[in-house]
Amino acid sequence: MQIYLPIAEVSVNAFLLLGLGGIVGILSGMFGVGGGFLMTPLLFFIGIPPAVAVATEANQIVASSFSGVLAHLRRKTVDLRMGTVLLIGGLVGAALGVVLFNYLKSLGQVDLLVRLCYVVFLGIIGGLMFVESLNAIRRSRNPATAVPTRRKHGLIHALPFKMKFRVSGLYISVIPPLLVGLCVGILAAIMGVGGGFIMVPAMIYLLGMPTKVVIGTSLFQIIFVTGFTTLLHATTNYTVDVVLAVLLLVGGVIGAQIGTRIGVKMKAEQLRILLAIMVLAVCGKLALDLLLTPAELYSIGAAGGH
Amino acid sequence: MIRVLLLSVLLILPTKSVVAEEIVLGLSRNEVAITATFDGSDVLIFGAIKRDAPAPAGGPLEVIITLAGPDQPVTVRRKERVVGIWANTDAVEVDAAPSFYAVATSAPLRDVLNDTEDLRHHISIPRVIRSVGAPDTVANARAFTDALIRIRAGNGQYQVLEDQVLIEEETLFRGQITLPAALTEGAYTARIFITRDGEVVDLYETEIAVFKAGLERFLFEMSRNQPLLYGLMSLAIAIAAGWLASAAFRMFQR
Repeated sequence: MQIYLPIAEVSVNAFLLLGLGGIVGILSGMFGVGGGFLMTPLLFFIGIPPAVAVATEANQIVASSFSGVLAHLRRKTVDLRMGTVLLIGGLVGAALGVVLFNYLKSLGQVDLLVRLCYVVFLGIIGGLMFVESLNAIRRSRNPATAVPTRRKHGLIHALPFKMKFRVSGLYISVIPPLLVGLCVGILAAIMGVGGGFIMVPAMIYLLGMPTKVVIGTSLFQIIFVTGFTTLLHATTNYTVDVVLAVLLLVGGVIGAQIGTRIGVKMKAEQLRILLAIMVLAVCGKLALDLLLTPAELYSIGAAGGH
Repeated sequence: MIRVLLLSVLLILPTKSVVAEEIVLGLSRNEVAITATFDGSDVLIFGAIKRDAPAPAGGPLEVIITLAGPDQPVTVRRKERVVGIWANTDAVEVDAAPSFYAVATSAPLRDVLNDTEDLRHHISIPRVIRSVGAPDTVANARAFTDALIRIRAGNGQYQVLEDQVLIEEETLFRGQITLPAALTEGAYTARIFITRDGEVVDLYETEIAVFKAGLERFLFEMSRNQPLLYGLMSLAIAIAAGWLASAAFRMFQR
């Protein structure tokens, strides 16, 4: 069934959008990522104008994250305190990101820079997670060589403003989570993604939070950052397409519920290695796009400054 | 859904024109409404040629029909390899390119229209696109407008429909143009030319209004006039949908 989208001004198949929303929703519930880094390129591919895709995707992430976070709240796997600290950094970052985005747009190179960021971030994060979780799985299969987990007392623990995060079982300074939130907020605004794919590994490896808590907490702060981004896009660029958003989020919220249930049944290492593989696959695809000779060297954009 | 738009023949009025041959055409409908289920639309154009005297000698009578969407300025960018990576380098601003353009003819375009007339009336696709000029730093600016035409032709936004206009008895003609599903709002200009030996004998111009209707109209206007309210509504829908799905699944599990 074809549906005409009022803001995007294109006609698309409604069932295709429902299906895409569903698949991305499952991933969202399983891994605590918003799924924007998968959905946004998919929307480009089916012909939605990039500006509309980025803004509408932010709105859809609000829905699937909210659906996911409710499931996690019931299991008490959301660290609200940590989420709030991350969120404060995130909102500041999102505002900075919009300023940065408009500056880059005036230079005409925003596309390339965003892609390069994606490749570098996804490559590093995916690679590190893959190796780490592979080691974890190997250790659990062969308990003789198991290394006892020891708490690292590095730079993070020497910083001031310590705070107790009971759900995560942490007593650390608020500066690292604020910085993580800030960086993710900037990325969220520029790329129309919730930033979960960076937030999740950052919480696990930089802040040392347990994987089970990480997903719910990530979803919790994603809701607010993407909600803020949606409002910014709606009021400044008029690019949020509510019809497109509804089609995506109907599939998305159902998918998120299914994904959460799958996630609970899986081991933390398995979850991490799957997320790592997915991140690496997207990274590889984007890298190829940059390196291989494109089929069409020319592209059409709206005239500069509009 | 195919919406058929008819431009039908009207009664022939007396004329004081000195033109030997003249297009007679009337609009039975002059609008295309884009609703939620809009999936493209066929535009059927009918007409007749009125003449006071018998058809003049010379080449056969030919008909050209064009349909143009609203003009927009666009930027065409070219990628080049920079340190191993494909990046946008040169860009050319095209001052006005129609969002949609179709030209249907009764015979190959170069046979029915000479260059002078094309230049005067802007009929062929390259003549429709207006570009004041590329910056001096860009070599081969023509390649940019060619790319614009190539990309838009690939999307069905620009169409050349040669031999698609049927003429009967040198008097009646009809042609059909298919509007794609991805349509921009605005006033679309339909032009009908009759030519002999490549010269334009007469032309007729009319407008077709393409606009969003119903829910599409409501949402579009709201997003422009009350963006904050629209944004909050989008968020409210998202939150409600998220909560509903969660509640539904909980009931389902019990």
